[in-house]
Amino acid sequence: MPIDRQAVDHVARLARLDLSDEERERMQAELTQILEHVEKIQTLDLDPVQPTSQALDLSNVMRPDVAGPCLTQAEALANAPDQEDGRFRVPRILEET
Amino acid sequence: MSVDLTWSSAVALADALAAGDATSVDMTQACIDRADAVDDRLHAYLHRTNERALEQARAADDRRKNGNLLSRFDGVPIAYKDIFATKDVPTTCASRILEGWIPPYDATVVARGHAAGLPMLGKLNLDEFAMGSSTENSGFGTSHNPWDLERVPGGSSGGSTALVAAGGVPWAWGTETGGSVRQPASLCGLVGVKPTYGLVSRYGLVAFASSLDQAGPITRTVSDAAALLGIAAGHDPMDATSYPRAAPDYLDGIDSGIEGMRIGIVKEFAGEGSQPGVRAGIEDAYRVLEKLGAELEEVSLPSFEYGISAYYLIAPAEASSNLARFDGVRYGYRTAEAKDVVEMMSKTRDEGFGDEVKRRIMLGTYALSAGYYDAYYGKAQKIRTLIIQDLAKAYESVDLIVCPTTPSTAFKIGEKSADPLAMYLSDIFTVPVNLAGNAAISVPCGVSADDGLPVGLQIIAKSLDEATMFKAAFAFEQSLGWAGTDASRPPLDGAA
Repeated sequence: MPIDRQAVDHVARLARLDLSDEERERMQAELTQILEHVEKIQTLDLDPVQPTSQALDLSNVMRPDVAGPCLTQAEALANAPDQEDGRFRVPRILEET
Repeated sequence: MSVDLTWSSAVALADALAAGDATSVDMTQACIDRADAVDDRLHAYLHRTNERALEQARAADDRRKNGNLLSRFDGVPIAYKDIFATKDVPTTCASRILEGWIPPYDATVVARGHAAGLPMLGKLNLDEFAMGSSTENSGFGTSHNPWDLERVPGGSSGGSTALVAAGGVPWAWGTETGGSVRQPASLCGLVGVKPTYGLVSRYGLVAFASSLDQAGPITRTVSDAAALLGIAAGHDPMDATSYPRAAPDYLDGIDSGIEGMRIGIVKEFAGEGSQPGVRAGIEDAYRVLEKLGAELEEVSLPSFEYGISAYYLIAPAEASSNLARFDGVRYGYRTAEAKDVVEMMSKTRDEGFGDEVKRRIMLGTYALSAGYYDAYYGKAQKIRTLIIQDLAKAYESVDLIVCPTTPSTAFKIGEKSADPLAMYLSDIFTVPVNLAGNAAISVPCGVSADDGLPVGLQIIAKSLDEATMFKAAFAFEQSLGWAGTDASRPPLDGAA
C-alpha cells in the first residue's frame, strides 16, 4: 500500500520527529517500498490464529510491593541536559494566558 | 609453558592462569597491545577503558595469589557491545542522541562479568541502537571486517565480532533482536549465540524491541560461548521476562557427541537464495554432521518465508515505543533552541537520531497507528504464532534444525546501505528464531570457495535446550578442525 505525504506528516508528528522536507520525501518512498514487501502477509488467512505478543510461557510476574534501593535525586539528575531546584527543566509546556 | 595471549581461547587462558603460565595483567596488556596495532583499521571500539582493565587485572592476580578466586575465568578480559549500560563508563548505543551519557548502573550481563572477575577492556561499535546488519548505521563510523577491510563485519554487533576475530579480545558480548549476533559472527568466522528469550537478563540492555532482544556471546570457540553464556545466564529479579531458574553448566557434557541425534534440514531453504559458496559450505557441513552419526531429515517450516515481513512490523513497532524515551529531558542530547517543549523534543529527535533509526520509528509508529494496527501489527503477531507452531511440529521429529546463518558472505561497505530492504533481507534465516524465542548458534564452516570469506552454519534448538545445541556445535567444530588453526585467523597482519 503506497503511503502518501499526508500520512508521513501525520506519523512524523505522532513520533515527534521534526523531519526536513527532503527527509519526508525519502521516507515516503522507503516506507512505501517496505510496506509493499510486507504486504504479502495480507495473503494469509489469519482469522483463526491467535496472536503472540511474546515468546515466553510466563505471565503476570509479581514481586512483593516493598521499596528497594533506587537512584538518589542527584544520580537521577546527573545526566540531565538542564535542571533546576532538583528537577528536570524543559522549555515552556503551556501557552501563557 | 608459554601461552599465545592473542589467539588462545578464553578456556585456554583460564587454564594458563590456573597453571601459573600467565597473569591477568599479561593477557589484558596483550589485548590492549593488539587493539593498539589493529583498531585504527577495524574501528571496533567506541570507548576503551585500558587503565580500569589493568587495575581489574591486577586485582584478579591478587585474588589468585590469595586463593579467593571469583570464578574459573577470574582475570580473563572481555569487552561489551556499547548497548550494555556500564556504570561510570560512557554508553552511546552508537547514537548521537546518547553522546555523553554516563550510566549510573551496570547492566546485569556486565555486573555478572565483574562478579566473575572479567576485566573490562571497553565498549564496542554497533549499528545505532542495534538497528542494522553492517555497523554502517553507527553514528560514529563503520567497523571493518578483519577478513577484508573493504567489507562489513556484519551487524549490529559488528564491532564485537571485528575485535574478537582480529584477536583483540578472547570473547565479547553482543545482542540480538533479529540476528545481530549470529549474522556478524558468521561474517567474521566466529561462534555467535542467540540464547532462548528470557535466559539472559535484559536489565541494563538499552531496549530496541523488548519481546525480541536477547544478549549473546561472541567467541572463537564453542566452549568459550558455552562458558560465557553460563557466566551471565540465570534468573534476574530486575527483568520480569527472565526465566525463574538457574542456568546449567553448559560445558558439562559438551563433548558427549551427536551419535543418533536427529537433525532437520529446512526444505524451504534448500538451494534458493544463497551464494553458491555458502550453499557448498553448508552442504559440506551437513555431511560432517552425518559422519558424526547424526540422522538428517527434511523438515518443513512454511511460515518462515513470512518471518522478515512480520519482523519488520513487530520490531519497529516496539522500537517506536521504546525510543520515545529519548526526548532531550532526562539524559543525552538536547537541541540548542526551541520555543516550547514539543518543538524541543521534535528537533532533538530529528537531530539526534540517524536515518535508519528514524525510518524504523516512522514505520513502527505507522504500523501501530489508528486504522492500521490490525492490518499490520496484529497480523504480524499472528505470523509469530504460525512460526512457533511450525517449529513445534518440526521438533516432534527432530532434536535440532540446521540451515545457513546468512545467504551470503560479508558484503562490501556501501553495497546495501542505500537500499534498506536489501539490507533487511540479509537477516532472512535468523529473524524467525527471534520471533519464536528459540535458542540458536552460528558456528564457522570454514571459508567460501567463491571469495575466501567465512561461512556460518546455524543450529536452531528448542527453547531452553542450549545444552543440545552446544553439543552439536562442539562436535561439528571439533570434526571440522578449523577453529584455532592459522586458517581461522584473518589475514590482517599480512595486510599491515
